[in-house]
Amino acid sequence: MDKITGKITSPEALQIDIDGFSKDFDDRIKGLNGKRAVMVCGGTGCLANNGDDILKEFEKQIKEKGLSDKIAVNHVGCFGLCSQGPFIKIFPEDVLYSKIKIADVAHIVDDDLIGGKICEDLLYVDPVTHEKVIHQEDINFYKKQMRISLRGCSLINPDFLEESLGYDGFKAFKKALTTMKPQQVIDEVLASGIRGRGGAGFPTGKKWQFAANQVADQKYIVCNGDEGDPGAFMDCSILEGNPFEVIEGMMIAGYAFGANQGYFYVRAEYPTAVARLKRAIADMRVVGLIGDHILGTDFSFDVHLREGAGAFVCGEETALLNSIEGKRGMPRPRPPFPAIKGLWGKPTCVNNVETLAQIPYIIRVGAAEYAKVGTPGSKGTKVFALGGKVNNVGLVEVPMGTTLRTLIFDIGGGIPNGKKFKAIQTGGPSGGCLTDEDLDTPIDYDTLIARGSMMGSGGAIVMDEDNCMVDVAHFYMDFICSESCGKCTPCRIGTKRLLEMLTSITEGRGTEQTLVDMKSLASIIKNGSLCALGQTAANPILSTLTKFPKEYQAHVIDKKCPSHVCKKLISYWIDPALCKKCSKCARDCPVQCISGIPGKTAYVIDSTKCIKCGTCLAVCPFHAISKI
Amino acid sequence: MAIKPETKKEIAAICEQYQDEPSPLLLILEDVQKKFGYIPLEVQEFISSETGVPVSEIYGVVTFYNFFSLDPKGKYVINVCLGTACYVKNNQSVIEKFESLLNIQPGQTTQDGLFTIEAIRCMGACALAPAVAVNGKVFPQMTVDKVSGIIDEYKKLEANA
Repeated sequence: MDKITGKITSPEALQIDIDGFSKDFDDRIKGLNGKRAVMVCGGTGCLANNGDDILKEFEKQIKEKGLSDKIAVNHVGCFGLCSQGPFIKIFPEDVLYSKIKIADVAHIVDDDLIGGKICEDLLYVDPVTHEKVIHQEDINFYKKQMRISLRGCSLINPDFLEESLGYDGFKAFKKALTTMKPQQVIDEVLASGIRGRGGAGFPTGKKWQFAANQVADQKYIVCNGDEGDPGAFMDCSILEGNPFEVIEGMMIAGYAFGANQGYFYVRAEYPTAVARLKRAIADMRVVGLIGDHILGTDFSFDVHLREGAGAFVCGEETALLNSIEGKRGMPRPRPPFPAIKGLWGKPTCVNNVETLAQIPYIIRVGAAEYAKVGTPGSKGTKVFALGGKVNNVGLVEVPMGTTLRTLIFDIGGGIPNGKKFKAIQTGGPSGGCLTDEDLDTPIDYDTLIARGSMMGSGGAIVMDEDNCMVDVAHFYMDFICSESCGKCTPCRIGTKRLLEMLTSITEGRGTEQTLVDMKSLASIIKNGSLCALGQTAANPILSTLTKFPKEYQAHVIDKKCPSHVCKKLISYWIDPALCKKCSKCARDCPVQCISGIPGKTAYVIDSTKCIKCGTCLAVCPFHAISKI
Repeated sequence: MAIKPETKKEIAAICEQYQDEPSPLLLILEDVQKKFGYIPLEVQEFISSETGVPVSEIYGVVTFYNFFSLDPKGKYVINVCLGTACYVKNNQSVIEKFESLLNIQPGQTTQDGLFTIEAIRCMGACALAPAVAVNGKVFPQMTVDKVSGIIDEYKKLEANA
């Protein structure tokens, strides 16, 4: 295996000194090994923005300029502030450069790496104060965050086991294996108060206890990385940035309740995460960290990887188990719960990626220390994928109990283009929206449910005044309807009918009775569906109906879409007072429905022919066209 | 349509690779999809004969998951992200522009076999929203105006090939 430190050569070398790698790592960050370190972000967002080519360009230039023995280049996991990526960080000075393009590489190499001068023009600029910021921790986005799950991301090179070991990797596993009995591990996790990060928030320790109580010849631990919520990418980033941490959590779980086989189920849409996880598993196998008699003990463990083939419902644990078994990913009736009868009929715990990523930290620092963070009912930190209409799009990890205001305005930097905040959708297609009045609520599992939404996996999509909430509900229902597996009738047919009702509302055919019918059907689907997908399917409709009743009424009574989104309910209009009679709109109109005489008469749109494509609005140089 | 002998050999090798797995069907199908781009009925029948899994079950699995395709896809697959982050930033109008310029619906392929449009749900590049990916290359911060340029880019690539 390729090495940074070259220390691990055999299982024996690893057994002697699992803790010895941290000095090498520290030396590297502090430059005590005589080298400066260039870290290039290798998360999905930055890779899509030429992150890989930037890394190669650095390697090429450093080689060409004869700096290879003075400078090491590595890629690392996600920095979190994805909208400012790709990032470059230089150690030991701890300088962060943002929005790097390939052309900037020569500038950094010549002026900073060779010249020793900070490239001022590539520093992050605070959008409010316009000050340049040198260090990552001084950026407002990071100030109120606390990283546990994302701890190693943006610091370690996820391709190397030594990097993980250098940054506390497998210390918790070793501690559990050599100093704790399995029941002690479960007790510690119970005492920490951690609840499942996948959405439902079931206490992780309890789940493990159920599985531990079963007597069976074979038990399984499964890691759910089928992150189905469109707009959430925290599991993806954790697996990309520090796959070892998740494997360690899985192995601690296996030790705790007696499983010696672990399965990862990760979306095939995350090729980088899959590749890094594969490599991590293979490397651990080489050195005996996966296999028989790990670290010279009686504990043996093997890890397998399965790629999800694109079905949202497979995020539901029993559907996921069917998928691993090579079947259609349809949920099973519960009970029996997987902890009793799971994968191939054996006791199985299914834990989310983020949950497992928190386990090593809990064992390392102890339950009492972990439980100091968070609210009485929800302990620790939670990662949110903050997206949509917010300035700082990215991954955010905050203590439970942080308010939405802090999340959206302090960390997220507020709404772009001076627009007004309208709502934030949490919990994805199973969740609901929260508004102005919820901004100061501390976020945890229970408060979100009390406010009509849910934690879900941590997707947090911000919407501004330009978003129509009926359209958003329609979007989610369209998603659920196409992802319903079809096994049970309330979900299969009910969601289809709900979608038809919503479509009729957005097209101006809905009435007040439609709203009543939707509510009644929603409760039937909720009570009658087999799994959580159906049981929560109507949540986006119910929550928008509750929080934005006027918007629905405008659609069904006035036949207007106040946000000018629903095409059938808007029309385009040219203000004759502003029209300069230039004819640009008429020339660009794809259906020739705009008429007028250049330089003589103001132009007019024939709304019976207009297809509402918005071309005229976009091309008018004088802003004379508006949606009404 | 008959399967070529060398294709059969490759598929048989994939089936054999996973013969020790407790339930290998999904692993086999994923490899076949990645290698050949689609899994028509003939191939499903062949996998059935190799593994002993009834073809009805294989068909059930292939049609359940979005990852599998019964038909060949175009040379350039245009994935328009309609995850929430991209949707609230108006990627719906971007996909509509692709549809009107290429004259096909999502899931369909142009007659010359060049382009397929797919509406996908989140590729984890939410910071680049709204995003489009063509054969894995990501086009960030999409607007309706950029659509024809992207199509032209690949048409030009094809003309020069």
